[in-house]
Amino acid sequence: MSENTSKALKIALLVGQGLILVGAYLWVPPHEGLGNLGRIAIFHIPTAWVATVAFLVAMFYGIQYLRTRRLDNDLRSAASAELGLLFTILATITGTIFGRFTWGLQSGIWWNWDPRETAIFVLLLIYGAYFALRSAVADEERRASLSAVYSILAFVTVPFLIFVIPRVMFSLHPENALAGEGATAGILRNPRTMIIFLASLVSTTGIYIWTYSLRLRLGQLERRLLET
Amino acid sequence: METRSSAWAREAAPKVAASGFSAWMGEVWAVFVKDLRSELRTKYALNAIVMFAVVTLTAVSFAVGQFRVSTDILAALFWIVIFFAAMSGLGRVFIKEEEAGTVAALRLAASPSVVYAGKLLFNVVLLALLEAVVVPLFIFLMGLSVANWLLFLAILVLGSLGLAGATTIIAAIIAKAAAKGELFAVLSFPILLPLLVTAMGGTRLALGETMGLGGGEVRLLISYAVVMIVASFMLFDFVWSE
Repeated sequence: MSENTSKALKIALLVGQGLILVGAYLWVPPHEGLGNLGRIAIFHIPTAWVATVAFLVAMFYGIQYLRTRRLDNDLRSAASAELGLLFTILATITGTIFGRFTWGLQSGIWWNWDPRETAIFVLLLIYGAYFALRSAVADEERRASLSAVYSILAFVTVPFLIFVIPRVMFSLHPENALAGEGATAGILRNPRTMIIFLASLVSTTGIYIWTYSLRLRLGQLERRLLET
Repeated sequence: METRSSAWAREAAPKVAASGFSAWMGEVWAVFVKDLRSELRTKYALNAIVMFAVVTLTAVSFAVGQFRVSTDILAALFWIVIFFAAMSGLGRVFIKEEEAGTVAALRLAASPSVVYAGKLLFNVVLLALLEAVVVPLFIFLMGLSVANWLLFLAILVLGSLGLAGATTIIAAIIAKAAAKGELFAVLSFPILLPLLVTAMGGTRLALGETMGLGGGEVRLLISYAVVMIVASFMLFDFVWSE
């Protein structure tokens, strides 16, 4: 990404995210069941989405490294994984807060191991393991190929998680955010909420892309410095 | 002068230039027998794995004391003990090659798929030996009573296949890293989570108190084992070759 595009994107994101923040609190009506708590869905769901996308990108560049053996691909993989870890932590925290102040209000419970919580936690573990592996290997090329292999292995287990966990545990998670019974149902039913939510989705993805390009450029410059 | 490693390399190479699957199986068997033989000499991994399970089980049995443990918890406990014992014992299959300096010889003597299959077979046998100790101990110390033996054994066998399938390639990954022991558990756990959850659920059904045939669990374990082993075969070359 060229410097001008990066700058333009930065300003667009600043304005956009600002509008979304204002809109989420002033323009969007409170949810019937949850009241003001429902607003957190606008911020929580995009971070979880980006966390998953970042993992896919990391795995994609891992595969590219194994095919081309170009260390730049490994750099891209690691950069995406770093951001993915950040967004996963954000998603876990916002999700925990959401859960604690809605279903956990009476019981005071912060964490319940329901399917989506378990899935995001496993993603966190996978990222943690990925970085533990990277820090344990000194040789650059070996580190690149081992991390690529591990990210592919981790990716292969994800479909199993998606299908296994919901059948084993009862879910507290709002299964279908658009329709259904219960207080958590229909968070996105209101058209205003839907608009702000979609904007937030685009904006958070934009933040990821922008930060990724910065991180990539930083890494590439670092490597070029080390080579001279 | 023939050194030990070159003598071994000569023995492990196929004696006759046969072709096809039987030759491949012959090579895999040779790698497996080599591992088995060296393991029986030192019994390092076997001791680690069995003693770990015995110690854990004894500690739990002491802690539980007179109270009867419900089958849900018993099923979970069973797989926890197996998982941690596997973490302590299965990680060394490739590390011992690095330590003995036989990696290059093994690379020359056999193709990557042969090495992987041989090591996988070894890990499966190691797990089987572990379970042969753990299951009677559970029955004896923890009062395990199995209602549906067929389901129980099916879950056990398929779960072990999946466990060995996933951990063997991770063992290869950590053989070239630092902090090997801890890293093995850290890397294996997220990968093994679907297997553990399903195996615990299936074992719970087999122990009888909850209703269910367990067909879904068995199918998932089969697909997990197949997927992990196939993925490992495809990825192993990238880990094994320089």
